[in-house]
Amino acid sequence: MSDLGYDAAHMLGAVVLLMSFALLYQRRLFSLLNVFTMQALALTATAAWQAYSHGEPHLYITALLTLVLKAILIPVALHRIVVKMKIHRTIEPALGIGLTMVAGVSLVTLSILLVLPVTADATALTRENLALSLSVVLLGLLMMISRRNAVSQVVGFMSIENGLILAAVGVAGMPLVVEMSVAFSVMVAFIIFGIFLFHIRERFDTLDMQKIESFRGESD
Amino acid sequence: MGLVVSAIAFLFAMAAAGIAAKRLPQASTVVYGGTAAACALIALWAAVRLAGGGPDASLVLPVGLPWIEAHLRADSLSAVFLIVVNLGGITASLFGWGYERAHHDSHGGPVLPLYPLFLAGMNMVLIAADAFTFLLSWEFMSLASWLLVLSTHRESETPRAARLYIVMASFGTACLLLAFGVLATAHGDYSFAAIRAHAPGAGAAALVVVLILLGAGSKAGLVPLHVWLPLAHPAAPSHVSALMSGVMTKVAVYAMIRVLFDLLGEPEWWWGGVTMGFGALTAVMGVLYALMQDDVKRLLAYSTVENIGAIVIALGLALVFKAAHTPVIAALALAAALLHVVNHSLFKSLLFFAAGAVLTATGSRDLNRLGGLIHRMPTTAVLALVGAAAISALPPLNGFVGEWLLFQAILNAPALPDWSLKIEIAVVGAALALATALAGACFVRLYGIAFLGRPRSRAAGEAVEVGRAMRLGMAVPAVLCVVLGVLPTPLIRLFEPALRLLVEAGPFDGRAYQPWFWLAPTSAIGNSYNGLIMLVVIALLSVVLVLGIHRKASDRVRWSIPWGCGFDGPDSAAVTQYTASSFGQPIRRAFGSTVFRARDHVDMPAPGDTRPARLSVTWTDPAWVAVVEPVSRGVAWLADRANRLQYMTIRRYLTLMFLALVVLLVMVAVSQR
Repeated sequence: MSDLGYDAAHMLGAVVLLMSFALLYQRRLFSLLNVFTMQALALTATAAWQAYSHGEPHLYITALLTLVLKAILIPVALHRIVVKMKIHRTIEPALGIGLTMVAGVSLVTLSILLVLPVTADATALTRENLALSLSVVLLGLLMMISRRNAVSQVVGFMSIENGLILAAVGVAGMPLVVEMSVAFSVMVAFIIFGIFLFHIRERFDTLDMQKIESFRGESD
Repeated sequence: MGLVVSAIAFLFAMAAAGIAAKRLPQASTVVYGGTAAACALIALWAAVRLAGGGPDASLVLPVGLPWIEAHLRADSLSAVFLIVVNLGGITASLFGWGYERAHHDSHGGPVLPLYPLFLAGMNMVLIAADAFTFLLSWEFMSLASWLLVLSTHRESETPRAARLYIVMASFGTACLLLAFGVLATAHGDYSFAAIRAHAPGAGAAALVVVLILLGAGSKAGLVPLHVWLPLAHPAAPSHVSALMSGVMTKVAVYAMIRVLFDLLGEPEWWWGGVTMGFGALTAVMGVLYALMQDDVKRLLAYSTVENIGAIVIALGLALVFKAAHTPVIAALALAAALLHVVNHSLFKSLLFFAAGAVLTATGSRDLNRLGGLIHRMPTTAVLALVGAAAISALPPLNGFVGEWLLFQAILNAPALPDWSLKIEIAVVGAALALATALAGACFVRLYGIAFLGRPRSRAAGEAVEVGRAMRLGMAVPAVLCVVLGVLPTPLIRLFEPALRLLVEAGPFDGRAYQPWFWLAPTSAIGNSYNGLIMLVVIALLSVVLVLGIHRKASDRVRWSIPWGCGFDGPDSAAVTQYTASSFGQPIRRAFGSTVFRARDHVDMPAPGDTRPARLSVTWTDPAWVAVVEPVSRGVAWLADRANRLQYMTIRRYLTLMFLALVVLLVMVAVSQR
């Protein structure tokens, strides 16, 4: 493997992680969607670069799927939902930037500490890639629990999927069918989320989870 | 071994036949007959093995979890208990066949399919040779007996008894599970052979001893874990009560012996000290409880608690002597334990059968509604008298031999090096003597109130003798009680292989001359017992006494007072007789006022008032107050806290999952260093 291939792959993976950090403190839904789009684009570039540098043409399909689904279709659809529901002006409380950064950096540290000793005999690129993607997954989880709006929780879920795909493209020899199925499960999840969002909205007139929770009869 | 396994498989087939009972009119005959035959086969096999010696039979069946096979093995200890279990199975089947016909209850739960399963479960526990098979069989036995208890679910007390039983049974199994887990930790192999080969360290062994005493003790009925026993045992149909009380508690004793003597290796002295202390507490408390009961079957269940106490005392003594390297005395104590196991299974089955016969004839278990049954049910009365005399340890019956042997072991305590143990054994011996004497009082009360005097209710006055099968079911253990009392030595000889396996000595070691009719164990005191002489002397004295009374007293003119305390002449009301409560009152006053906080309340009407005076007795069970209630309060509190988890928001759930994930990852990262 050439040095350039390693450095470029490393950098693209780092961009995906950087976008995860950026997702954490976006307060407006539109900017959230924009950052998510940029993460998907970075992921597409990673997949394409891996396909090029390793000479594995099936990764181009992954890249194409990511581009179409994650970078175009889902952001556009979510955008339309936000507009249609007239919640684009919502300012949503997220964690403060300082706190977010502390939590995020500690999660990244954790994943590096975890992955590097476990995969001592793998190639350097695989190890770095696994550490990066585990960080993206953990940050996505952190986002899901720190947000109250259903749309941003969906975005958090999607960024977890991005982390998984990052891991899939980084590990040499992952069969195409795995990536395909991940992509399609994301698609299905997105459709279900969309339907649910509309139903929730219709029924409760809000997408704020804190308000919805008060409708549950059993809580005191 | 193949024979035993096929007999157990046959029991399962009988269970299948029991399911079809609704269609086949003769199903009960088939099931009870087949069960008795299978039990007889296993008992015979075990007896032949014990008498003939030879290597242990073992078998590995490729069933169970894929990588763990079922190891089965019947050594001499298993064989002794196989005899006990299956002898009980035979008589219970005989009695149960008659009982089922007399008590046909179309609304009750099924007994026929479960009864063979219960016996199969107990047999499987005895031949299991790995922890997995053992626990599986143990739980199978518990669940089968639990369902049998539930078969009387129409009675008001049964649901509560069954619930308490299932909780305690699960607790016991959990303790055993942990105990075997600790035993197998070092090498990860769950077969008994591997556990035996790797003795655990001192700390692990201590933990195992405590867990076994809790786990098997809760099944056997050690105070204070006995609370379920007097509720659950009487709730089942009488022949099942006999099996639960007479036999299933012995399976728990087997578990204790198997782990404490066999699997754990060389014992430490304190194991025996603790075991003995619990045994003494159990013996005394059990008989005190029994003395305060008016329900016949519950009284018998509490008496089981007392007898388990005596057996556990013997086990504790054997452990102490084994640890002190006096194996001959340890063999003596262990022989006493095994003998008492056999004896108790016989006379407790007999007494439960008698209680079942009385229940069949009168429809009542309340002592204060019985009386005068000796005239209406002469055979049952004679057989019950044998059982009551045997359990009260009267010579020349088997109960006496068991207690005598146990006291021989206790009297050898001065040979021990440790002073604290010497003193403890003296105290335990005194407690056992007290328990034995109180047991005598308890069974005089039971027999006197139920069978003597005048009937206290119309049902008791109109009772008729039970059928032939039930009488035969009682006669077999009664005859065995007499035979074993007169000639105990051949049976103890039969125990010798098991004793050599467990304590590496026999009770007769070092004695040159050992006739089969003479029981003279090796000990520092040198006492001996001869049942034949005892029998002859007692028979002669009885003849002299009867002749004396009839010759000298019967033909005299007798004078009596016209006012016999309101009870004189054939027309007086039977309720004026001495009752079970009156009989128990002195002992309740002496012991119960402190232990049970028993109080008598007399409600005396003022002069001129015509309402009747009332005497009411209240007492509290210290085991409930001290153990059960705090534990159940704690569980309720925890459940209340855990219940909140049910009503959290989805974000909280996600947060919990996220935190759990992070904590796990941190643990992995730390452990990688």
